[in-house]
Order: sequence, then structure tokens, then C-alpha cells
Amino acid sequence: MMSSNAATSDKPVWQHRTTGKQLAIWFAWLVFVAVFVACWMFISNRTEWYFVYDAPRIAADIWGRATPPRWPYLDKIWKPLWDTLNVATIGTALSLVFAVPIAFLAARNTTPSATLIRPIALLFIVTSRSINSLIWALLLVAIIGPGILAGTIAIALRSIGFVAKLLYEAIEEINLDQVEAITATGASRWQIMSYGIVPQIMPAFAGITVFRWDINIRESTVLGLVGAGGIGLQLQGSLNTLAWPQVSLILLVIFIAVVISEWISAMVRRAII
Amino acid sequence: MSEAVAQSGGRTWRKPPAIERPWLRYGLLVFTLIYLYFAVGSYDVNWARVAEGMERGWKFIKAFANPDFVSRRSDFIEGMTESIIMTVTSTVVGIMISIPVALGAASNLAPLPIYLFCRTIIAISRALHEIIVAILMVAIFGFGPLAGFITLSFATIGFLAKLLAEDIEAMDKSQAEAVKATGASWLQWINYAVQPQVMPRLIGLSMYRLDINFRESAVLGLVGAGGIGATLNTAFDRYEFDTAAAIIITIIAIVMILEYSSSIIRRWVQ
Repeated sequence: MMSSNAATSDKPVWQHRTTGKQLAIWFAWLVFVAVFVACWMFISNRTEWYFVYDAPRIAADIWGRATPPRWPYLDKIWKPLWDTLNVATIGTALSLVFAVPIAFLAARNTTPSATLIRPIALLFIVTSRSINSLIWALLLVAIIGPGILAGTIAIALRSIGFVAKLLYEAIEEINLDQVEAITATGASRWQIMSYGIVPQIMPAFAGITVFRWDINIRESTVLGLVGAGGIGLQLQGSLNTLAWPQVSLILLVIFIAVVISEWISAMVRRAII
Repeated sequence: MSEAVAQSGGRTWRKPPAIERPWLRYGLLVFTLIYLYFAVGSYDVNWARVAEGMERGWKFIKAFANPDFVSRRSDFIEGMTESIIMTVTSTVVGIMISIPVALGAASNLAPLPIYLFCRTIIAISRALHEIIVAILMVAIFGFGPLAGFITLSFATIGFLAKLLAEDIEAMDKSQAEAVKATGASWLQWINYAVQPQVMPRLIGLSMYRLDINFRESAVLGLVGAGGIGATLNTAFDRYEFDTAAAIIITIIAIVMILEYSSSIIRRWVQ
């Protein structure tokens, strides 16, 4: 990159880009900065800056109220925590039931029809992925009423897209030699699936499942905010009554639960791969 | 498997089990069954309420065929604009902060104290769900998109800095050494040896994070941090499923556009 120094002065100096390209890049940056500034002005207009100037004092105030956490409240947290764990685990298990067939329908090399069924499967995946589990929960609470059932189904609906997407990508990347070898023995379609494809994607499948379970633990901690059960319900109640020592205790418990689940998931994934 | 072939004197071949060790295999099975028994037992479902809800669920599905974009038009447009603007600004700011954090969190670049400090930032950002951060930010900075912007920027750091740091740690050492051998300063070294190696990944991750931030921005409104979530919440509370369906369809469409354009950009970069 410093080769231009070596060139003698009467020759043109080496440059990375042509002048036109350089200008285009500068122009792109200009547009980018302008858009960013415009967006920032929009946010700024909608902000009560008085509150923001006051923020350090308020943060210190909340910190003062929230410490120390109210430890006796732990007794009331175990049950919601157990609910949260169940919402995440059962929700993940439920999602697998739907995600696996959808993944096989969406993978280019296993789909029965690339023109008709594959796009439908992909639409299912993108719909499930685009909607946050909190929105699914909001919807399900409106439909089947508050409680952990709504939370479980919300987690399952959100996870289907995630698991199916990663799984179908894994299916598309399998080694075809093995499939061909099984086919050559005269195996049926299902036998090819179970002896040629499934063993190859099993590690990926287990890894994806545990990874999603870990994410689901984190997601299910907040589902209670919209009435879908679990520890979020306690959090909502404590926030509404401004019981900051309880809030800090709940946040601490959530933090520890998430760190533990992440650790478990990392261990399992390391054991598999 | 070769073992099975070698000693197949009369016995038929069987598929090897997924988990080799029998005690682990059966132990896991028993554990799962016990867990399922207690977990499913803890569900307390009001089936009458669920049955009652089926009709409403059907109404909601029908609403998708006939979404209502019009009756809450001003709320709708305003919420969407706010969501998009929060997404763009927070992704940009998040990336700008993530880059130094990622450099600090790469074990092959940073000294140990800086490494631990940056890893702690990443761990905190990843462990706290966006909604929880948003609740705290709303309490501190007041209602509005600023709280959402700060939340999403903070969440971006945990995601981007972690993955970028992993990419930096996996980079090719010989290139870095070659640039260092020319007598480059630290900044030149980062700019000419590290940056070109991780740039494609950085762009790919940034596009992916833009997509995630948009999806998250759609729910921050539930706790008052700006965006379309507040409108959506109101629509559900009033059982206005046609408006809710319109919002959800719009979110899906925008996510699809983002995903499609990010796949194009990633192909173009790599």
C-alpha cells in the first residue's frame, strides 16, 4: 500500500480507487451522515431534554431505592421461576415438533416440490421469525387468556422459524455421497431420510435446539409483562407498585438464571461438536 | 460401525444409538420423563377460557385476510416512522461503539485488564433482555424514542462486539505480522492488517443486527420506549384485530425486505 513512495515523481501516483469511485464513496457517506442527522433530529424533537439532564440524579435515586435487594422476597420467586423454566423448555420442545417437518419441506434437497411447497414453508419461517415472542404472547393472551399456556405457545411459535431456518440450512449443506450410497442400496425415500440424512444433521439439530432453549429462557423472563406468566409477572407487579428492592432482586435472579442457562447451553454444544 | 461389520457373524447390523454411553442415554430419558411429569403438571389451564378464545382466534385469522390500515392511520404511520428511525440510529451508534469494544474483547489484541473489562460489558449487554433494559431506560430518561434508542444501541454492543471479537481472534496471524514488520503504528496495524480481514463479517453482522433491531423496536413501545409497539398493544387491548393484523403484516414485510437486501449485500461483499 505504500508502493506509491517508490514510484518516481513524473509517473502518476498509485491510488487505490479512481477519482470517480472516490467521489461516489464520499457522496454515499454524505447521504449516510445526512440521514443519520435527520433521524437524530426526529428523536431529539420527541425527547423531553429536561428529563434527560436530570437522568444522573434519577438513576442515582433509583439505585439508592433498589439497594439492597429485598432477600425475603425470594420465597415468592421460586414458583414463577419454575414457570419461566417450563415455558422456555416446553415451548422449545413444542416448536421442534413443527420445525423439523417445516425444515425438511424448506430444504432444497429434501422438499417434495421446490415451486409450490418450498415457498410456503419459507413463508411460515419468515412469519414466525419476524414476530417477536412478546407480540405472539400479546396475541395469545388476547385469544386464550393470560397464563403460562399462552407464554408457552408464544415461545413455540417464535422458535419454529428460528429452528427451521437453521435446520434447513444444515440439511442443504449435507454430504451427498452418503445419501447416494444409501440410495444405491435400493432404499426407499424414508429409509434414505433416516439413514442418509438424519445422522448427518443430528449434531446440528441438537446444537440448534440447545441454543434456542437458552435464548428462550431469556425471552420467557419478560413474557409476564404482557400477562403470559412467569417471573415477568412479578417484575411487572413490583414495577407498578414502585417496589424497587423487589425489582432489583428479580433482575438479579433473571441475570443469574440467564447466565446459568447460557453456560449449560455452551457446555452441551461443546460436548456435541 | 467397522466393528459391527467385522463381527457380523450371523448378527444383523443395527444403527448405532445417538448417545454412545448407555447410562447417559437412559439417564437422560428418565430425567426427561420425570421433568415432563412435573412440568406439565404445573400447568393450570382454564380450558373453558381457551375454548371461548378459539372464536376470537378465528376472527384474528380472518382479520389477516382483511387488514385495516386506515382507521388508525396517523398512529400507524407515526409508530412505524419512530420504529424505523430508532432502528437506524441505534444500529449506527451501536456499531460505532461495538468496534472499539470488540477490539478490546479480542484476546489476541488486548491486554488482560482491557479484555476482562470489555468482556464484562458484552456479558451484561447479552444477559439483559431488551425489554428489561428499556424499562430501566424509560424510568431514567422518560418516555419516548430516546429510551428505545439507548436500549437498542446497548443491545447491539453485546451482539456485535462478541461476534466481531470472535472473528478477530480467528484472523490470519501472518498478515498481521507482515504489516507489523513494516514498522506500522498500532492504528496503522489495525487499519491495514485487522480491518480488511474482518470487514466482510462486520458488514454482514451489521445488516443482520439492523434486521434484529427493527424486530425489537416493534415491541419496545409496550413499555413506553417509542415505536409501533404502543399502537399494537392498544389494538390488542381493544380487540381491534384488523388493525393489529395490518401492523403485523407491515412488520413482516419490512423484515422480509431487510432480509432480502442484506442477503444481496452480503453476497456482494464476500
